Amino acid sequence: MNVEIPRTSQSSVSENGRFGKAGRRRYRSDTARDILLYIILLIFFLPVVWIVLTSVRPNVEINTRPPVWIPAHLDFDSYKILFGMPTPEGAFGMGSSIPFENYTRNSTVIAFTSTVLALIFGTLAGYVFARFRFRARNPIFLSMMLARAVPGVALSLPLFILFARLGLSDKIPGMIIAYTALNIPFTAWLMDGFFRAIPEELSEAAVIDGCSRWTALLRVDLPLAMPGVAASGIFAFLTCWNEFALATVITRTPASRTFPPGLYEFTGQFVSDWRGMTAMSVMMLIPSIIFVALVQRQLVQGLASGATKG
Amino acid sequence: MTVKTLARKAARPPAPRSVSRETRLLPVTLLLPGIVVILFVVAFPMLYSLYLSFTNYTLTSARSFHFVGFENYIALFKDPVFRKAFGRTVLFMTLAVNLEFLIGLGIAQLMAKAIRGQGALRTIMMMPMMFAPILVGFQFKWFFNSEVGLINNLLYSLTGALHIIPWLVQVPLGFIAILVAEIWMSTPFMVVILEAGILSLPLEPFEAAEVDGASGWQKFRHLTLPMIMPFVYTAMAIRSLDLARVYDVISIMTGGGPGNRTELIWTYVYRLAFSGHNYAMGSAMSYVTVIISFLFTWYLFRNVIKSRWEGRE
Repeated sequence: MNVEIPRTSQSSVSENGRFGKAGRRRYRSDTARDILLYIILLIFFLPVVWIVLTSVRPNVEINTRPPVWIPAHLDFDSYKILFGMPTPEGAFGMGSSIPFENYTRNSTVIAFTSTVLALIFGTLAGYVFARFRFRARNPIFLSMMLARAVPGVALSLPLFILFARLGLSDKIPGMIIAYTALNIPFTAWLMDGFFRAIPEELSEAAVIDGCSRWTALLRVDLPLAMPGVAASGIFAFLTCWNEFALATVITRTPASRTFPPGLYEFTGQFVSDWRGMTAMSVMMLIPSIIFVALVQRQLVQGLASGATKG
Repeated sequence: MTVKTLARKAARPPAPRSVSRETRLLPVTLLLPGIVVILFVVAFPMLYSLYLSFTNYTLTSARSFHFVGFENYIALFKDPVFRKAFGRTVLFMTLAVNLEFLIGLGIAQLMAKAIRGQGALRTIMMMPMMFAPILVGFQFKWFFNSEVGLINNLLYSLTGALHIIPWLVQVPLGFIAILVAEIWMSTPFMVVILEAGILSLPLEPFEAAEVDGASGWQKFRHLTLPMIMPFVYTAMAIRSLDLARVYDVISIMTGGGPGNRTELIWTYVYRLAFSGHNYAMGSAMSYVTVIISFLFTWYLFRNVIKSRWEGRE
C-alpha cells in the first residue's frame, strides 16, 4: 500500500505515469519536440530578459529608435538609487523619492501573514468540504467560489468605505484581512481535492484508536496533504504579492503601501522612469522566483494526485 | 494498491453510523473562521454596493442620496458604450479562455514529455505568473508603443524599414494587444494544471493502445483528452473566475481607450465609478460583471462536478 505522496516527482511519475516508459523510444522525434518546447518557452521568457536588461542599461539606451538591443555597458544606477546609495552626478531616477524600504516591509509582512492565515482557514474549510456531507455543502462551496469572482475594481470602493469607518484603511492589518479573504476560496478548493485523495480510512482508524477528529486531522490528514498546502501557498502568496486594484485604493501612504501601487509611482505626468520601474520589478520578482522554484515540484505533483478533480 | 484506487474507495459515501455531537459540530467550527472573513471583506461590502446601485449615490454627493429603484440598471442597458463593452467583454473572455486552453494544452503535452530539467523548465514557464498584472500592463504597453516599442523596433531591425504601427490605437489591434498580454500572463496557469492532469494518467491504456498500433494523435484524442477533462474544466473555471484581474493590465495599457475602443466592462466600471464619479452606476455595472463571471463559472462547474462523478464510477 502506497499512501505516502512521494517527495521526488520524477520517480513517482515514472512509476505511475506513462512517461517513464517513454525512455526506450525517445530518439530523433524527441529531440525535435524538446527544441520546439525551448522555442515556445523562450517566447514566454523574453519579456523577463527584457525587464532585467532594461534595469541595467544606461538610461540613454531606453526608448530609442533605432533600438539598442545589447547594452553598451552595465549600469546599476537604478538599483543604487532604489537602495539610497550614492550615484554619479546627473543620474536620473525617480526611485529616490520612492520609499523602497517601506514597500519591502509592507509587502513582506502583508503577503506572508495573509498567506499563512488563508492557508489555515482555507485548509480547514477544504477539509470540511472533502470529509463531511451535509445539505448546505455545495451552496456554501459555490458561494465561496463566487466571492473570488468579484472583480477588485468593484470591491475596492465599498471595502474602502467600510475600512475607513472601522479605521482599517491605510493600515497593514486591514490589508492582511482583505487578502486573507481573497485567498480562502481557492485554497479551500485546492485543499478539498488534496484531502479527497487521502484515504478516509486512515483518520477513521486514528479515531477508533482514541484520537479526536481534530487530532486525527492534525496528525494524520494534514501531514499527508502538505504538498497541497505548498501548492496553495504559491497561489496565495503570488496573489497577495502582486495585487493592485485593492491596494491602490486602501493603502494611501508609505505606512501600508505595497509594491504594486509603488510601481505606479514611477510614472509621472511628463516623464516616466522606466529603468527605475524595472529595477524595482526585478527586486519584486526575486522572492517569487525563489518560492516557485522551491515549491513547483510539489505543486504539479500535488495537483496531479487528484487535487484539481474535486 | 495505489493512492488513486484508495481515494476512489474513500469517495464512496460511508455507511450510515451514529455521529457524536463533537463530529456534528466540527464542520461548523472548521468552516466558520473562513466564512466570517469572507463575509466581512467581500459579502458585506458587496451588499452595501448592491444597495448603492439602487440609489443615485455619487462620490461628490456622498451625504445626500436617495433610492431610485432600477433606474441605474435601465440606464445602463440603454447606454451604447456599455452594450458594446459588454459584448466585447464576453468576446474577450471566450477568446482568452479558449486560446489559453489550446496553447496551454500544447505546452503541457511538451512539458510532460521533456526529460531533462523539468523543474527548471517549469520555473521558467511560470515566470509570467510571478509578474504583477500591473507590471504586465506596463511591459506590454511599452512593447506595443508605436514610436519606440519593442515590436515596432523589432520590425525595424528585421526589415530595415520604419514601421509605425499604432498597436494600441487602431481598432482591432488594440483588442489584440490586450488579448496577447492576457494570454502571455495567464497561459502558464493552464500549463501547470493541464501538465498535472497529463502526469496523473495511468500507464496501462497507453500501453494497450501502443500494442494496437494507435498513432500519437489517436492516443491523444481518444485517451489523453477524455481522461484529463476534469482538469480542463477546473482550469477553465478558475480562469473564468480570475479573468477580472486582467483589469490591471488593460487599465495600464489602454485604460479602455482611446475613445472606448478597448473598453471592457471592468475599465468602464472604473471610468463611471471613479473618474465619472457616478458610483451608483458603477455598482450596478459591477453586478453585471459578477453575474457574467458567475454564469461562465457555473457552466464549467457543472461539468467539473459531472466529470468528477464519472471518473469515480
